[in-house]
Amino acid sequence: MSAATVFGLCGAALAGLGLYGLIVNPQPLRKIVAFNLLGSGVFIIFGIVARRGAAAGFGADPVPQALVITGMVVAFSATALAVALLLRLFQTAGSVTLDADSPANMGTDSVDA
Amino acid sequence: MPYPAPALDEVTTTGGFLLVLSFVVPVAAALLAFVAGGRPAERIALTSMPLGLAIAIAIMVALKRAGAPLVYLLGGWAPPLGIVLRADGLSAVMMAITAVVIGAVGVFGRTDFRTPSGSVEARAPFAFWILLLAVWGALNMVFLGGDLFTLYVALELLTFAAVPLVCLDGRAETLQAALRYLLFALLGSVLYLVGTALLYGSYGTLDIVLLSRKIQAEPATLAAAALMTVGLLAKTALFPLHLWLPAAHAGAPAAASAVLSGLVVKGSFFIVVRFWFDVMPGIPGFAAAQLLGVLGAGAIVFGSVIALRQERLKLLIAYSTLAQIGYLFLMFPLAFGGASTRLENAGALAGGVLQAISHATAKAAMFMSAGLIYAALRHDRITGLGGVARALPMSVLAFALAGAALIGVPPSGAYLAKDLLLEAAAEREQWWWAASIQAGGIFTGSYVLLVLAHALMPAPEPAASRASVSRVGEAAALALALCSLLLGLVPWEEYLPVARGTLSNPLTLETLSTALWPIVAGGVLAILLGRWGARPERISMGQVLVAMVELPRRATLALGKALERVDRMLRQWSAAGLVLLVLAILFGAAMLVAD
Amino acid sequence: MTIASALEMALAAVVLGMAMWTIVARETFAAAVGFVVYGLLLALVWVRLDAVDVALTEAAIGGGLSGVLLLGAAARLRASETRAAAERPGGIMRLGAAALSATVAAAFGASVLLLPDAAPTLAPAAAANAVATGLGNPVTNVLMAFRATDTLLEKVVLLLALVGVWSLAPDRLWGGYPGARHQADPLGTLAFLARLLPPVGIVVGIYVVWAGANYPGGAFPGGTILAAMWLLVIMAGLTDTPTISSRRLRLVLIAGPGVFLVVGLGGLCVGTAFLAYPVAYAKPLIIAIEIAMTLTIAATLGLLVAGAPERSAGR
Repeated sequence: MSAATVFGLCGAALAGLGLYGLIVNPQPLRKIVAFNLLGSGVFIIFGIVARRGAAAGFGADPVPQALVITGMVVAFSATALAVALLLRLFQTAGSVTLDADSPANMGTDSVDA
Repeated sequence: MPYPAPALDEVTTTGGFLLVLSFVVPVAAALLAFVAGGRPAERIALTSMPLGLAIAIAIMVALKRAGAPLVYLLGGWAPPLGIVLRADGLSAVMMAITAVVIGAVGVFGRTDFRTPSGSVEARAPFAFWILLLAVWGALNMVFLGGDLFTLYVALELLTFAAVPLVCLDGRAETLQAALRYLLFALLGSVLYLVGTALLYGSYGTLDIVLLSRKIQAEPATLAAAALMTVGLLAKTALFPLHLWLPAAHAGAPAAASAVLSGLVVKGSFFIVVRFWFDVMPGIPGFAAAQLLGVLGAGAIVFGSVIALRQERLKLLIAYSTLAQIGYLFLMFPLAFGGASTRLENAGALAGGVLQAISHATAKAAMFMSAGLIYAALRHDRITGLGGVARALPMSVLAFALAGAALIGVPPSGAYLAKDLLLEAAAEREQWWWAASIQAGGIFTGSYVLLVLAHALMPAPEPAASRASVSRVGEAAALALALCSLLLGLVPWEEYLPVARGTLSNPLTLETLSTALWPIVAGGVLAILLGRWGARPERISMGQVLVAMVELPRRATLALGKALERVDRMLRQWSAAGLVLLVLAILFGAAMLVAD
Repeated sequence: MTIASALEMALAAVVLGMAMWTIVARETFAAAVGFVVYGLLLALVWVRLDAVDVALTEAAIGGGLSGVLLLGAAARLRASETRAAAERPGGIMRLGAAALSATVAAAFGASVLLLPDAAPTLAPAAAANAVATGLGNPVTNVLMAFRATDTLLEKVVLLLALVGVWSLAPDRLWGGYPGARHQADPLGTLAFLARLLPPVGIVVGIYVVWAGANYPGGAFPGGTILAAMWLLVIMAGLTDTPTISSRRLRLVLIAGPGVFLVVGLGGLCVGTAFLAYPVAYAKPLIIAIEIAMTLTIAATLGLLVAGAPERSAGR
């Protein structure tokens, strides 16, 4: 099995793990960690695409590598913004639940008026 | 007509530099505003808006003169190695309407986001102006970008600029809504990114035109297409992936809601259109397009019924955005031309885009008037709106005109859009979409009428104060509402694949009657489903009416409450996540079947 | 099976194991620690894939800075753990999520395996056009020349994320100092490291930027190393963050995208195209842009980790 195949399957599995964590974990910080996992898995898939495109004396196609670097920086800024939001939410509300329990006047089973 | 698919594009066309300017101006303004801070930031933002509008108009003129799409090779590098900016009729009209709405929001936002006189710089104004400029620059890049990865970066910029706008007032609910929005939008972008990786791996390029020539229905491509579509649907909040939208759009300050509902959701929608119509018209097939249409029709029914059940005005308008987004996606199943298996750039496309444009202006005007009403009354309970029409006539008029424009009263853009879509449905003999389109009009009428009825009722207590409401803000809302009502008169055939062009005569009896019956039907629905507050005591006729509708109302209310329960379930994070994955698999299967 | 592929499979297994630990660990802090280890191991995977620039970036940003951010947040959010854990979805939901995630992951894997054997690539085009810039590192060429607009947009994304983070401050603390004031035992290990490492780190960071022209490296990994050194000094309490209303700080933060934009507009007005470099001046221009970008990246990444203002300016 070539490196590309091994790590390609590894990347797909990482993405799957990240998806599972993002959907299931109730604590938003764990969701953010899972999102980073998912992102890194996707970047590995990009890396496989780069590795398969090795030619012209390069070990890997430089264009996907550049895309991955850009993607990593964007993912980090997303993480930073999400963490800042989460911390501020905790500071303001005292809890970090994402599911709105009873949002204001959202169609409760009240007496019809 | 400059719309048909662009020809070989290795060369920058004349007037192409305007494309660069259209995203450089907002970005440069944002950078300058960041350094200058405080009051200069607001001034820089407001100065750049007419400049941006001028550039958008110049692009439309240049496009008309050239008769072919404008192209600009960034850095002088041709694809596949380099990136290209392309402006066809679609981009030009979207950029123009974006410039108009941003300008109106800028004027409207001057009251709420003025740096207070005692300080050099304040948090909310500083953030608002820079985020507004960033949203504008990102949208222009989305409309012009010719490379799928550039579109990804532009979309991320759009999300990062939109999320802080949601929680600008710092309350706990809005922070929660913003975090939910950010995380779900990030999930969508990652799925989009996987798609681009697979597409690059299969074809070696991410340029839209080059991809469209090479793309074939291979398994990796179908997987990429399904993933990218679902990721973009999550960012557009199409039912049932709408968990973040109501709280986010309702919780944001009025000027921010106007931008979020009017423009931001159109960004990811535009990329879906580009992807399906320009990159892979022959790939998705009939089943996948019908699936999109089903989701759209579901959004219309679902969003409208729940909108009718809302107690707060801003939540009603937010759920109505949900319904209107669904309406936009009805154009996909209608775009299959006759016996062909490809998406055609024809009437359905023009109808969908026109509806997007009308919704942008009308919804922004609606949120602005809701903000003005809230500022005057200090609450936005629909049942408590009595007397507002007398206290704030301009705001209520703006709401009414915007609502009329959305329902499809001629000569609004929505009327023309509905006409085009109905024509396409008749051609394809898909009557179920025609029914959905008509239902959309009726439902829109219902919640607009509900709000107007409450606003026109006499006030139980002394009227709200007018002093706290800004005239300039009211003027901006009214101007936008008028604009949306008159959009049907613009010569769209220069830029969109509209065969007939403008309405021949918008005021014939026939056109008026076709426009008015949805309003009547909508009124009936409003009576059946809406919240009406205290029963009218004074008029005995009212009591007779109330007794008459009691039974059908109970039946429809049961349906309404059932839908609300479904909505509450779908807005749980884990449920929404599961639905997202199921949809991705469904789309993949649908595209495989069509192969 | 060669030794190399055996090692690769072992590496992939360890990476997957760390990832699984990160998802199922009971405490968030433990998960964050696992994530840092995962990031560093992933850098090794990138090296095996012949993408050394990406490996550097992953180690610095993915493992390093993201890890710091998540560890800090996990420590602050400890109090919310039990209540959040109570919201765990039921068994059926988890089973459904696992099944669906596995299906989607299988789809990813199958698509990767089914990619065409004669892989389309832009490497020859990148190699052929490298004379336009005179740089030896093809990834830097793509980032700074062929797809320069993506890089410009990404700089703006970074700045916007920072504006977003700042906008989360309470109104009364606007214009203040980001993050808490850190204190560390002046005779302890942290203060010692904060005096020892930064000079070395700064030299390494500048070298990585400089070497990025012809060897793996570049503005992103280099700027991240500089940001990390700055953060180290802040965390040891040896210095404080600047106030967010400082004019000089804001100029540094827009230096990267600003210089990029000016060069681009220069190309538009007097040159051939927006962000086109005249062949004679390509290398000096790119290096000038990279220097500005490094400063901006270092400042922005550091401030993103520091967070929203928590202490008011007038003290």
